[in-house]
Amino acid sequence: MTQRRSHQIGTGLFILLGFAALGYLATQTTSLANYRQGPTYALKARFTNIGQLKLRAPVKVAGVRIGSVTDIQLEPDRLEALVTLAVDKRFDQLPDDSAASVFTSGLLGDQYVALKPGGSPDMFKDGDEIILTQSSVQLEELIGKYLVGSGDTPAKKPEDAKPADAKPANPDPATH
Amino acid sequence: MSQKRDRGSLIGDGLAQIGALGLFLLQVLAAIPRSLRYFSETVRQIFFVGAMSLVIIITCGLFIGLVLGLQLYEVLSRFGSTASVGTVVAIALYRELGPVVTALLFAGRAGTSITAEIGLMRATDQLAAMEMMAVDPMAYVVAPRFLAGIIAMPLLACVFNALAIFGSHLVAVSWLGLDNGTFWSNMTGAVDVWTDVMNGVWKSAVFGAIVTLVATFQGYTTAPTSEGVAYATTRTVVYSSILTLAIDFLMTAFLM
Repeated sequence: MTQRRSHQIGTGLFILLGFAALGYLATQTTSLANYRQGPTYALKARFTNIGQLKLRAPVKVAGVRIGSVTDIQLEPDRLEALVTLAVDKRFDQLPDDSAASVFTSGLLGDQYVALKPGGSPDMFKDGDEIILTQSSVQLEELIGKYLVGSGDTPAKKPEDAKPADAKPANPDPATH
Repeated sequence: MSQKRDRGSLIGDGLAQIGALGLFLLQVLAAIPRSLRYFSETVRQIFFVGAMSLVIIITCGLFIGLVLGLQLYEVLSRFGSTASVGTVVAIALYRELGPVVTALLFAGRAGTSITAEIGLMRATDQLAAMEMMAVDPMAYVVAPRFLAGIIAMPLLACVFNALAIFGSHLVAVSWLGLDNGTFWSNMTGAVDVWTDVMNGVWKSAVFGAIVTLVATFQGYTTAPTSEGVAYATTRTVVYSSILTLAIDFLMTAFLM
């Protein structure tokens, strides 16, 4: 009888250990670990091209994560991507002329939304829209422009935004 | 189950084995509801196949993690992307290495002892004696071990994975000097709970079913001699390893 009891205790310990390991794997080594379940407020931003931006991609200010992308939709009338960001309530001091850009972490890393604070005295409130946005830089487009556009087109493309950190390996000053 | 082997009909033998295994699976599934009466027997079996396998699982998991960390660090440093050591280790472990290596170890550690135990029960007529006492050996002996395998394997695979992650962290961060934050943030950025972690859990549950099914089948149908039990134990390891790897390929192809 005591032997059966020790078997049961051993089995219980084993099952607890197994589930502890599963819980550790699921919460500490996966994207769940990036969830910060604090109170958040929503911001909207329209982009003409979001590149490979995905749901739950980080939102960063000065490289520090302050929230995540919660929704990506195509607006049927304007044919632009409407991205909803959930920003941590602690960071409610964002000026309402801040600019949002879709950047890539590293040359081939995941994409994220970077917010560049502006100088306005008014702050973003829940549900506000970020007016100043800059779309993701498409590497293929850039390559195409360098290959085709450098020689014969006199019209420089003014809408081509300066690729900020997407291509650190290319010091070509032609874009701006 | 005649052990007499006709050299000419190897294929026929193989087909008969597969058919017998399939029928045995149906019998086990049918016996599971009846085996719930003997629930404490299932608990006892989880202790024997699961908790008693922990030592080998922990040791091997740790070493697999250490080796993975070393190899991947060395290879990825050629491409200047050592930052993704953690990611590659985690994905390789959760999706493939964890379930498969655990299943192979499980076949060697628990499968063999199941076969030997049931085979000796057969050889010493204990199974016949149970039937005489109106105790269904399928429900009292086979089904609890089958259930225990399905329950214990995913837990063992999780322990294996956790230890392997620990091992690769030990090598990559503590020994080779990779940045701790880089290791974890790359991993947490790229690994998904459902497509990676749970994928491995489903897989290892299926592998647990395969290994214990083969082990109980080989024990149940063994020739009642000491030589027969020895052969059956060998076949358990061989067949369950082959079946595990084959079904792993199928599951990966269909579950991707």
